[in-house]
Amino acid sequence: MNDLRWLSAREICRLVRGGEVTRREVLEAALRTIDDSDDDVGCFLYVNSQRALAESDDADAGEGERGALDGVPVAFKDNICTQQMPTTCASAMLASYHPLYSATAVEALEEAGAISVGKTNMDEFAMGSSTESSSVQLTRNPWDPDRVPGGSSGGSTAAVAAGQVPVALGSDTGGSIRQPAAFCGVVGMKPTYGAVSRYGLIAFASSLDQIGPITRDVVDCAAVMDVLVGDDPSDSTSVSHPDAGGFLQAVEQAGDDLRGVRIGLPQEYLDEGIDPGVRRVVLDAAETFSQLGASVQECSLPSTGYALPAYYIISSAEASSNLARFDGVRYGLRETGAEMMDIYRNTRGTGFGSEVKRRIMLGTFVLSAGFYEAYYVKAARARALMVREMLDAFEQFDLLLAPTGPTVAFAVGARSDDPLSMYMADVCTIPANLAGIPAVSIPGGFSEGMPVGVQLMGPRFGDARVLAAAGAFQRATDHHLVRPPLADPAGGSESM
Amino acid sequence: MVAALAHLRLFDEEVSGLQDDLASILEYVERLDELDLEEVPPMYSPTAARENVWREDVVRDARVTAAFLEGAPDVEGSHVRVPRVVDTRAAEEQEHE
Repeated sequence: MNDLRWLSAREICRLVRGGEVTRREVLEAALRTIDDSDDDVGCFLYVNSQRALAESDDADAGEGERGALDGVPVAFKDNICTQQMPTTCASAMLASYHPLYSATAVEALEEAGAISVGKTNMDEFAMGSSTESSSVQLTRNPWDPDRVPGGSSGGSTAAVAAGQVPVALGSDTGGSIRQPAAFCGVVGMKPTYGAVSRYGLIAFASSLDQIGPITRDVVDCAAVMDVLVGDDPSDSTSVSHPDAGGFLQAVEQAGDDLRGVRIGLPQEYLDEGIDPGVRRVVLDAAETFSQLGASVQECSLPSTGYALPAYYIISSAEASSNLARFDGVRYGLRETGAEMMDIYRNTRGTGFGSEVKRRIMLGTFVLSAGFYEAYYVKAARARALMVREMLDAFEQFDLLLAPTGPTVAFAVGARSDDPLSMYMADVCTIPANLAGIPAVSIPGGFSEGMPVGVQLMGPRFGDARVLAAAGAFQRATDHHLVRPPLADPAGGSESM
Repeated sequence: MVAALAHLRLFDEEVSGLQDDLASILEYVERLDELDLEEVPPMYSPTAARENVWREDVVRDARVTAAFLEGAPDVEGSHVRVPRVVDTRAAEEQEHE
């Protein structure tokens, strides 16, 4: 077996089940790649080698069906609780925290036979768009080490892009799976809100967060969605999805035929704020969709520009509430203090980085007496308005096509001094979180030598049609087959 | 003042930067005033469902006590030790002022 690390998850599963390769061989290839490349890319905060090897040996020795992800090495963003591994959210607050349980998503993947390889780097508490606010380390974009991988799931997307693991999980609150997936040239999906259990996902903004898959191709993404999606009694915001377990089938059935599919191209996502190179890629993608039989038509969503301010008020408010639990009392960091108040203040003062503090402060302010109506409630009304506009668009269209972000990956340090400019990276991704609709970013082409992500959005519970169209696009293109030079210095694009 | 509400201790060098950042963010979000939101009810969650989710009232033993105590910062027996919450002497003094 030549180069195991570039195999798709489905290919790995097929070979393992057919006895052509052992789970240990697959895992060793992943661990070797991580060992060789992680000093340069910095994706992993924790590598689970011993346990993973033991697990794969047990599985190799045993018999019987192990599920759709049998033998697939998988990594988890470090805000997803894993009982056997630390979970730090890349924060000093949880630097030595070991969860008492694993997230439902982790258990689902493990039950499907996936081998947990480790935890990946992220922006602290998922607040950021570049992974630079991690309190631990810098993750570099495998396509260009002087650029960021995007965020906040940058460790997960860089790990998949660099050939370290074929599957990783991330979380998406305002674009945190899709945007880094676009920057790293991989597939990243945010499912319909409620489709994937949030139990065990350390909460940032509870009405916006979702766990989702990061893979190199849409077929793998659909396979992981089949494992992840399902309602969970431990998460009262999770709901039953009508297509649960049928995503892979939907992608395979659609094939290359998108006749009858109506795709809208909202003009507000292609305005002067978007890089010309990115715009060109999206318009080329629109052309490809037309050639596949879809009807592509321009449309307008006038309140798009209000998504960002509404999001920052709502997400910061929810975050200030969710992060109140980090108080030094029961777990995590505890700083000294004479009285309880001092413990809170000192622990939170030292434990949180500046971006987290900024958002907690903003959130606390917009929820405070006298300002609550003017900020938080107003933002919630704006949300309702925008969401209604988007849902109305889905009366006319089956899918919406847009850039994933306004630019390609920017340089390390370029935006870290200007919070507002950093927040702008999320303009195209935020609306899907506010509306709770499914959205996927797929490699659409290149600009300045860097990957450009193209985004498909669907109505709530339209995950299958989003994936089907994305799958057809991938069959007609080969952008997702190009590998970053950092990961594969010998070759350029190589299809297996 | 907001920092006090959030129980956040800010280091001196952080304060002015944060004040500037918050001021510019708050200025930016004012553009929401351009929208006519009179008749629009607020949306706090994307799910239309407004039903409570119930389960049977059955005790499930999580068996996490030992692991929990292991992860706690300061433990005494099966309790987590914390400094005094209310300084009763100081409270009395304040009353007599």
